[in-house]
Amino acid sequence: MKYAYYPGCSLLSTAAGYDFSFREVCNTLGIELAEVPGWICCGSTPAHSTSHLLALALPLKNLQLAQKTGSDKMVVPCAACFSRFKFALSECEKDPRLKKQMMEILEGPFPEGIRVVHPLELFSQDDLLKKIKSAVKNHTPELKLVCYYGCLLTRPPKVTQFDHCENPITMDKILSAIGMAPQPWSYKTDCCGASLVLTETEVSLQLIQKLIDQAKLAGAQAIALACTLCHTNLDTRQKDLEKASGNSYRMPVLFFTQLLGLAFGIPPKKLGLNKHLTSAEQVIKQFS
Amino acid sequence: MELADHGWVSNLAREVYQRSGENVYLCFQCQKCSAGCPVNFAMDYTPAQLLEAVRLDQESLVLASKTAWLCASCETCTTRCPQEVDLAKIMDTIKMISLEKGTSALPKVSSFYHSFLLDLKFFGRIYELGLMMWLKLQTREFTKDLELGMEMMRRRNLKIIPHFVRHREVQKIFNKVQELERSAR
Repeated sequence: MKYAYYPGCSLLSTAAGYDFSFREVCNTLGIELAEVPGWICCGSTPAHSTSHLLALALPLKNLQLAQKTGSDKMVVPCAACFSRFKFALSECEKDPRLKKQMMEILEGPFPEGIRVVHPLELFSQDDLLKKIKSAVKNHTPELKLVCYYGCLLTRPPKVTQFDHCENPITMDKILSAIGMAPQPWSYKTDCCGASLVLTETEVSLQLIQKLIDQAKLAGAQAIALACTLCHTNLDTRQKDLEKASGNSYRMPVLFFTQLLGLAFGIPPKKLGLNKHLTSAEQVIKQFS
Repeated sequence: MELADHGWVSNLAREVYQRSGENVYLCFQCQKCSAGCPVNFAMDYTPAQLLEAVRLDQESLVLASKTAWLCASCETCTTRCPQEVDLAKIMDTIKMISLEKGTSALPKVSSFYHSFLLDLKFFGRIYELGLMMWLKLQTREFTKDLELGMEMMRRRNLKIIPHFVRHREVQKIFNKVQELERSAR
């Protein structure tokens, strides 16, 4: 199984743990990754907020590059990038005029026939779930956690065509396969404020606080997620919340691939767990 | 349904339609978008109210409203709208119209967009440290999140040295887009 791999900018910096752990887990499961040669930024929110054309051209440029790997599937772990790729493909499919404009901008053929998949989609396939189960080395007493999907993996469903938009279950399935106990909660797809945290910090902090409070109420000992911005917001802002509210937080926030890595017996440092601002030690301990 | 089927059409509604293909006259004010919006508590007008203002041609109100700039692009409104109006796209469109008229109801947010795109155009991939410094120069909030930034550096969560990837090709894409957008106007 060979996939083109588009890490995206965050996976090289603030979410390096996601990149490390995803590569490690793929390695264990025998999934071959071919990094897209010389990939560029997808444009993210600043592009789609300021120019419809730019927001489509940047992802499509990357899909053109991905075709060079010879694979017809590209895996994108960052939920924000994943959404931009899905949008670019669906908008051009709807509007042939737009497609023509894109070919003009990119000076080349439209990247036809390449599918964009998210790691959750990949790992929740039946054959891989079986492989995941048999690769578990560290059996733990059931760790209670909540699966937090965020906004962009499932919304809008016509564009992302992945899981259920109000109650997704793929991450719950994958983590149950390694013996975790995902708790039911109503905030799976609520927003963390995304990049507003940099400019309208107070607004974003209210959303982050609600998410962590609700995770606690659901009895979670950790939050598992699959989005780089969600991770940055939930992991790095807990000190700010403590200062503002006087409550103690310390809720470990892990990428679901890091949990898979721990279950497969991969050392925490190789999974980037030392990079978290909120200690994940409580979770790591359960695995040893 | 085409825009013209609605009889009188406001100038602003027409502009939104031409740019985004979204028809604000389809909205029947069920308020699902506004009830589900995670940032509604911070907005001066709810998303449904802003749509109504577009229909009523209240351009100055729409451009002075913080609503579109606070939109986190979470796509909840777009997902839940029973009339399939893509509200998130309309929010983007309102921001584009504002920027072209040289205004922004939340200059900090537009400075972030500007800094991000400048960074992207220059390096090809986002260089966070450069982005943060450029943003601080614009917003003048030099001490904001400084402690957090230092901690991120200490844990090597921010790269010190930037990548330069295909920045010529990226600049070409920016130029082509600008050219096409100019000729469309």
